[in-house]
Amino acid sequence: MAELTVEETAPAALAPLDVAALKPDFPVLNQEVHGRRLVYLDSAASSQHPRAVLEAMDRYYETTHANVHRGVYALAEEADRLYEDARRSVGRFIGAPDPTTEVIFTKNATESVNLVAASWGRKHLHEGDVVLLTEMEHHANLVPWLMLAEEQGVELRWLGVGDDYRLDLAELEELVTGVKLVACSAMSNVLGTITPFAEIAAVAHRAGALVLADGAQSVPHLPTDVQAMGCDFLVFSGHKMLGPTGIGVLWARRELLEEMPPFLGGGGMIRDVRRDGFTTNELPWKFEAGTPPIAEAVGLGAAVRYLEAIGMDRVRAHEVELTAYAQGALAGRFGEKVTIFGPEGTDGRGGVLSLAFGDVHPHDLAQVLDQSGVCVRAGHHCAKPLMRRLGVNATARASLYLYNDEEDVDALVDALAEADTLFG
Amino acid sequence: MNGLEDLYREIILDHYRSPRNRGELESPPAQRVEGFNPLCGDEVVVYVQVDGDRVTDIRIAGQGCSISQSSASLMSAAVKGKTVAEARDLIRTFKAMMQVHEASLEGDGGEAEAVDPEALGELAALQGVVKFPVRIKCATLSWNTLTQGLDEAEAG
Ligand SMILES: Cc1ncc(COP(=O)(O)O)c(C=O)c1O
Repeated sequence: MAELTVEETAPAALAPLDVAALKPDFPVLNQEVHGRRLVYLDSAASSQHPRAVLEAMDRYYETTHANVHRGVYALAEEADRLYEDARRSVGRFIGAPDPTTEVIFTKNATESVNLVAASWGRKHLHEGDVVLLTEMEHHANLVPWLMLAEEQGVELRWLGVGDDYRLDLAELEELVTGVKLVACSAMSNVLGTITPFAEIAAVAHRAGALVLADGAQSVPHLPTDVQAMGCDFLVFSGHKMLGPTGIGVLWARRELLEEMPPFLGGGGMIRDVRRDGFTTNELPWKFEAGTPPIAEAVGLGAAVRYLEAIGMDRVRAHEVELTAYAQGALAGRFGEKVTIFGPEGTDGRGGVLSLAFGDVHPHDLAQVLDQSGVCVRAGHHCAKPLMRRLGVNATARASLYLYNDEEDVDALVDALAEADTLFG
Repeated sequence: MNGLEDLYREIILDHYRSPRNRGELESPPAQRVEGFNPLCGDEVVVYVQVDGDRVTDIRIAGQGCSISQSSASLMSAAVKGKTVAEARDLIRTFKAMMQVHEASLEGDGGEAEAVDPEALGELAALQGVVKFPVRIKCATLSWNTLTQGLDEAEAG
């Protein structure tokens, strides 16, 4: 299996992350809530920002702001340069062969999937054509395809999730027959499962299908190489990888982007407009209608440079270690009382811990944890088909990132013990 | 755990652990209405039997957090046997308690006590919920669902 996990790709001796030295980079973490140290365990929903990102955005606004692509004056040229620099940084971060044309800035991962569905999907998917999804997808990678199913009569097939919380790959060969697109998460935001994306892509390609990777969870936490993964499309969001909200990415192979019709129409995406029609701009601007989120792109560029300076293999190694620690601490303290909906161990799983805790409802759990300063998310995590598969309405999800440490996990465990006292 | 005691009063935990009027009624004749909290995925199903102008029976099904479940349980105990008009009054008073407090949280003044806690009896235990604004929807879920059930019963 060609899983892009650090165990296979990283050199044997990786300098461990010094979280204590890194935490001060994140001003938001240095505060108390309800009189307790803030323990942020909700990075799968949205991550926090290092100073480098905040300063890059401040500096942009304080010294540079102008609209891109239109000005000939120095300020506008500088804005343009910063915006396109961010694109190159992001492209390098994901191993894009041609960052300057293949990296499209969008609002978020959701918009990126919608772009693919509306542009590539409307052109290539018609009545009876099949898209293969998985049972563990986020609504962002479901609803756009459900919309196409309604609009164009596209058929949807589903790759199931096994009792080991991994994809049922045994079914893949059969399900993929006649499929035009496989749209699959590279890492689940509920289970933490890292899917063997390269293997899925190889099977899909042999069957003549294209593959879209939802990298909203994988790109922030794992080394990413679109070529090694075999992606045709990759989508992700800036705000889950230390960047600001309001910026997301679609990467796609250039040939695909070239023949795809535009998504949104307006300024910036055209070459010429006449009363009876228009021609489109070159890549990547063909897909960036209107004034883009410039400061946000600059912030995302700073975020990926911050992550690169640390090294994504070290981020992954840290999260593997901390996940193992959390699994051990939870089981050790609470035994059977706690259920973790996700693969055992740390192979092929990230630092997302979706919990059931005795009979305590996840919503109540999150509330009690909040009183201890511990931020976790309770709910269906925008993955309702998966929740149905798991047979629950909601889970309480703690998710780890590079700024979390064992002390944070200990705080989670202690807060759970308090919930146990209150509801037990 | 300061503040949590306001939310998780003993009465609330009691109704959560041993919910009253749990179950189903045959529908028809009873009205069966589903309520949904998209925020947390909580579901409540209210079965309400109206005979003439009176709520003669009520049952609650579904699943949810302690606040939504205890609120439904407290509600069922409070409206059973009441006239439809009395039940509607109670719904209004309960929702006013949720709103009054929500509004007063925004100002810096103390809690406006526009709602007579006497009128609410045990339901007053849910007052603490308003200090936790995201949970208000949990508390009002079953009440909105009951309103719909009464509307449907009266529409025939
Ligand atoms: C796996 C996955 N896909 C897609 C998304 C959507 O991201 P966004 O809301 O930033 O568009 C998320 C975020 O919750 C996610 O976890």
